[in-house]
Amino acid sequence: MKELKLMKGNEAIAEGAIRCGVDGYFGYPITPQSEVLEHLMAEKPYEKTGMVVLQAESEVASINMVYGGAALGKKVMTSSSSPGVSLMQEGISYMAGAELPGLVVNVVRGGPGLGTIQPSQADYFQTVKGGGHGDYRLITLAPAFVQEMYDFVELAFELSFKYRNPAMILSDGVIGQVMEKVEVDDYKPRWTNEYIRENFPWAMTGKTPDRPHVIVTSLQLEAAKQEAVNLRLQAKYKVIEENEVRYEKTMCDDAEYLIVAYGSSARISQKAIELAREQGIKVGLLRPITLWPFPSKAINEMSKNLKGILSVEMSAGQMVEDVRLAVGDNVPVEHFGRFGGIIPSPSEVVEAIKEKIMK
Amino acid sequence: MTEEIIIAGFGGQGVLSMGKILAYSGVMQNKEVSWMPSYGPEMRGGTSNVTVIISDERISSPTLNQYDTAIILNQQSLDKFESTVKPGGLLIYDPNGITHHPTRKDINIYQVAGTDKASELGNAKFFNMIILGGFLSIKPIVNSEFIEKGLQKSLPERHHGLIPENLKAIEIGKEIVKPINVLK
Amino acid sequence: MKREDIVKPENLVYRRTPVLTDNVMHYCPGCGHGLIHRLIAEVIEEMGIQDNTLAVAPVGCSVLAYNYFDVDCVEAAHGRAPALATAMKRLRPDQFVFSYQGDGDLAAIGTAETIHACNRGENIVMIFVNNGIYGMTGGQMAPTTLEGMKTATSPYGRDIELMGNPLKITELVAQLPGTYYVTRQAVYTPALVRKCKKAIRTAFENQKLNKGVSFIEVVSNCNSGWKLTPVKSNEWLEQNMLPKYPLGDIKVPEK
Repeated sequence: MKELKLMKGNEAIAEGAIRCGVDGYFGYPITPQSEVLEHLMAEKPYEKTGMVVLQAESEVASINMVYGGAALGKKVMTSSSSPGVSLMQEGISYMAGAELPGLVVNVVRGGPGLGTIQPSQADYFQTVKGGGHGDYRLITLAPAFVQEMYDFVELAFELSFKYRNPAMILSDGVIGQVMEKVEVDDYKPRWTNEYIRENFPWAMTGKTPDRPHVIVTSLQLEAAKQEAVNLRLQAKYKVIEENEVRYEKTMCDDAEYLIVAYGSSARISQKAIELAREQGIKVGLLRPITLWPFPSKAINEMSKNLKGILSVEMSAGQMVEDVRLAVGDNVPVEHFGRFGGIIPSPSEVVEAIKEKIMK
Repeated sequence: MTEEIIIAGFGGQGVLSMGKILAYSGVMQNKEVSWMPSYGPEMRGGTSNVTVIISDERISSPTLNQYDTAIILNQQSLDKFESTVKPGGLLIYDPNGITHHPTRKDINIYQVAGTDKASELGNAKFFNMIILGGFLSIKPIVNSEFIEKGLQKSLPERHHGLIPENLKAIEIGKEIVKPINVLK
Repeated sequence: MKREDIVKPENLVYRRTPVLTDNVMHYCPGCGHGLIHRLIAEVIEEMGIQDNTLAVAPVGCSVLAYNYFDVDCVEAAHGRAPALATAMKRLRPDQFVFSYQGDGDLAAIGTAETIHACNRGENIVMIFVNNGIYGMTGGQMAPTTLEGMKTATSPYGRDIELMGNPLKITELVAQLPGTYYVTRQAVYTPALVRKCKKAIRTAFENQKLNKGVSFIEVVSNCNSGWKLTPVKSNEWLEQNMLPKYPLGDIKVPEK
């Protein structure tokens, strides 16, 4: 049975985790995402579903607790904001190397360094281009609504287990702090240890005589073996790129111009296209929901009928590089962004459309 | 119907909770709502503001730079937000502590002397409800039955005994609202 | 006498435990790791818990421990084994969980994870092998390197003023309320081997009681890193390591 609640994006992450049967959450407080751990502790999920919740001593410990839990085939996650996610990169790389599922939520704030606690989208490169060491990819979901904060927890685990690859929910201070209506589901039971043993032969479930012992590792001392691991990873990434692209189009049918924006920038841009259309400007919005894999094909297809594309981000211009790669020489692509914690206003975006792609 | 509101004042004046009650009331009336606080040092005192949007349609941007209504509770907020009210929009403010009053002629301006009234009644806690009442008398965007339900949802259960007094404060606010500049 | 006359069950004096795999260990001849592995494996065998034991291997010489223990294993990032073990035990309280770490891993890069897992009282066994040097990376200074001891990064001997003091982390974790049993052992004589095994058994038995961390330091040698023969390295251990790191129980449960 569905139930309607009014909650913050951060609370929706926590509620989504409890209700979709997550086994463990390990985290460390940092603004603007502390409500995730606060909500979990207040809700006592260990009484409701048996979910483990622990405040760790650092983000480094948090991600390694996630690594340990993921090695058991459990649905485990952490959340943080930019400086904390920087600390987690080592563990994320290990999980990608050991091909473990798991979820990291980044409620992005302005950087670099300690930066600001205000919203930002400047961790795009860190998330989709690596962040940690080695050739790996993170399945990256970008929620733009509190409902999506809730829904994407379950979706992230679904994809993460399907491909044995860590996933990231890349949010920001706006979507983390805003309260909106959320439709929540009944509590789903967690997977049993028997289910995990039957379905995930790679997971540590205790070595019984009927099978060899499980080794979870990202180490291959021989270069040839490590190259083989990388080739396998790349083949997997290709399958994900072919099958898991998600995006949403708004007012694109008659569009002459296009905004590409994700997360809170997509919300702001939606308001901007409403304002622009009042002024007779035919502009549409393409909102990538997966940032990796990126909707390159969809953007390329559309670009052939457009006069210009504007990438709107709360960064100095990161996603715009992927938009340009997708579009090639079809049409000019420009970037508009505010950064360091400043949220662009819808009317600023309208001005940017006029100045940057309509001249 | 879409109503885009900024509520701004000192931390501790009940800015966020006023917004929350409005948002919950909207949910109860089956509207789309969004409640976006400024966060940061404001969480620990200082100035505080919240953007509340109540609409019949899916809400686009939860952060805005122009508003249908500004509910203003201190001088800093008045200085910051007077210019952000859309032409023809509404500005409601508490005159307590205000030395530079609003000057715009293209918007509707009302005063609600919530601080004075609340201290007169001997309970400063209901100050924000008096202000909310003033707003609702000008723009009844949610019905009073849903306000009561909104209060039930947004207040912790141990405070539910205070709901009748909150509702009374809203009614008082409706009575004491005073027009300053009303567009024809 | 033929071979068949000798190889009979009644003549059996030693056999390799099935909790160790057939893989040839990569450890240097004379190194203590192989022995310590064997003792842990024998305890697991004797307790009949091979089916429900989960191991966490570190970064360091024993990084490949997962190739030798025939139980389900995970290889942690450098220093993070106690964090992994924390989550593993909490998510699978029905399993025995142990971590295996060297001095650089446990007492330098992973100090925070060590202290906090011990302070929370995670219900795990922590094995800490202290040989006063970074063996795997070629003999650099460790947090437990003795004063005056020569390593690749203290080529003129550890100068306390310049490089700080050796860290007695075992005494430190014994102060924390979350540790239940803390002991320091060694494996360079047969008598010490037997004693060490008894301590490991006690640690695993403790895990059944849900009482918190059982922490076993094993003072060991690194003949390659110390640039000594195996025999000489054991003599050096006794003469130099033990005065700083004396053997014996540091914290035992109150009766």
